[in-house]
Amino acid sequence: MDWAYTDKVKDHFMNPRNILEDESAYEYDGKGLVGNIKCGDQMMMLIKVDPSTGVITDCKWKTYGCASAIASTSILSEMVIGMKLEDAYRISPSEITDKLGELPEHKIHCSVLGDKALREAINDYYRKNGKEDLVREEKARVVCQCMSVTDLEIEQAVLEGARTYLELQEHTKLGTVCGQCGEEARKLLGEYITRHFGREAADSIPGEDNS
Amino acid sequence: MAGRNIYMDNNATTPLHPDVREAMSEVLDIYGNPSSLHWFGRKAKNMIETSRARVADLIGASPDELIFVGSGSEANNTVLSIFACHPKGCDGCRQGRNGIVTTSIEHPCVIETSKCLEIKGTPVKYVKVDRYGKVDMEDLENSIDDGTGLVSVMMANNELGTIQDVKAIARMVHEKGALFHTDAVQAVGKIPVDVRDIDADFLTMSGHKVYGPKGIGALYVKKGVPFCPMIRGGHQEMGRRAGTENTIGIVGMGKAFEMRFIEMESEEKRLMELKTNIIRGIERDIPDVTFNGHPEDCLPGTLNVSFGGAEGESVLLALDLEGISVSTGSACASGSLDPSHVLLATGLDIALAHDSIRISLGRENTEQDVERLMEVLPGIVDRIRSISTAYEKKAL
Repeated sequence: MDWAYTDKVKDHFMNPRNILEDESAYEYDGKGLVGNIKCGDQMMMLIKVDPSTGVITDCKWKTYGCASAIASTSILSEMVIGMKLEDAYRISPSEITDKLGELPEHKIHCSVLGDKALREAINDYYRKNGKEDLVREEKARVVCQCMSVTDLEIEQAVLEGARTYLELQEHTKLGTVCGQCGEEARKLLGEYITRHFGREAADSIPGEDNS
Repeated sequence: MAGRNIYMDNNATTPLHPDVREAMSEVLDIYGNPSSLHWFGRKAKNMIETSRARVADLIGASPDELIFVGSGSEANNTVLSIFACHPKGCDGCRQGRNGIVTTSIEHPCVIETSKCLEIKGTPVKYVKVDRYGKVDMEDLENSIDDGTGLVSVMMANNELGTIQDVKAIARMVHEKGALFHTDAVQAVGKIPVDVRDIDADFLTMSGHKVYGPKGIGALYVKKGVPFCPMIRGGHQEMGRRAGTENTIGIVGMGKAFEMRFIEMESEEKRLMELKTNIIRGIERDIPDVTFNGHPEDCLPGTLNVSFGGAEGESVLLALDLEGISVSTGSACASGSLDPSHVLLATGLDIALAHDSIRISLGRENTEQDVERLMEVLPGIVDRIRSISTAYEKKAL
């Protein structure tokens, strides 16, 4: 039967790995909870860490989300077990998508919660073990001062489908007053498209004249 | 996957009725332009007029009050566009009364057209609905004023199945001097619709929702009601819709409506029984369930239900893997994460809106289909809830 997803996505959706059965009975070292049920997706990830080596020895998760979210987190949980914390922290959404084979483009935004939750779980572990210096906050940085638009909002707009500067402006109203942030916003736009959809997607964006 | 694929998304579209397929395949070679005076043209023209009479019969209209259009969406766009004309325009416009009143649960082809007209200066008001999607009559009454030219309220909602009391609405609208349009795409052919009884001024129909072909719809325009075409440039359809007629589509729609005239009553009674079985099965086997459509005034085959904590698209895809096709009000796929505007308008909790599934039955569904659905659905909901951060099993 034809399905919109690869067999691997289907397998991980139907038989998700490393599901958290009972939170109260599971002794974890770090916990990450991101997303919001009201927005349609939420993710919880728990990790166990070997303190002597800094290696993730186990990972359990739960999610409220669609098939893409379930499958991508399932495969992520397999990827991180046995991985060093700092390597796990650097896993990007496109690496997860690659492992799954492929996701439809409009579903990519559903797959980014897993790695966000993982990074939060890693930060949680650092905080609990006196390693605050290793915590890297995903703090929003204001790019467009006039309309107060942050880099994280630009990333969100890309995940929701913005591919050109004009579309980015439609999503965020960025650069619609003084326009000084235009150059930096274009650069971030390209970076986020590359990060989430790959180099090809970034290169195929048509040149535009927005004067 | 056991057995055949089971289609339970009949509010999205329906398979062709076998008699419709036959009628259409018989006219594939009728290529004459219905506007031509010669034999080829007259032959096509006759078929169109026969179909027009059949469509008119089902809704109690006179054939010359019906125009064929490309879709239900086109019919709805046409009606709304009449009221967006510049006040100094042609006879079709109602000077001084160009305001539109509609509801918050209309199909996007009404809501988006209304929003577009609003930008161009047409005053538009959106009436509230209650928990089940029934129009708030008080809000409706307060929304209609001296500037209101048209009130547009859908007869049956595509997502919820909830049926409005369009007769009472039409009466109120006419008392206040406005015209009444109802988008009856989901209603005609499923429940009795009589334009004289309702006293509608405009009524929208579609072919493919009731076992006819896609790409064909019809608009009822009551005799004497002002009209202005949206597609101009030809005398087709009494000068009300330009473009060479879709003869094959029209024949298909005519046949589909004829078959509904014969089969609707017994078929819909059967679908109602099937739906009741599904509701009983869900109530028996699945805890924490919310039914979203109106408990009584609802299309016989439409069931909208939320399984708390189980995201709708996951349930949809898991059912799809079992060979069962349904629909969801969770809009995860569209890029934005906003769930259905209809469910939100009913005041349903936003999380429950993400959890909604729409099962819409049709004439090909059987008791075995329902049994198969109830065989797999409880397990799917249970499995998705077991990995969900949004569901806590209630302690017994």
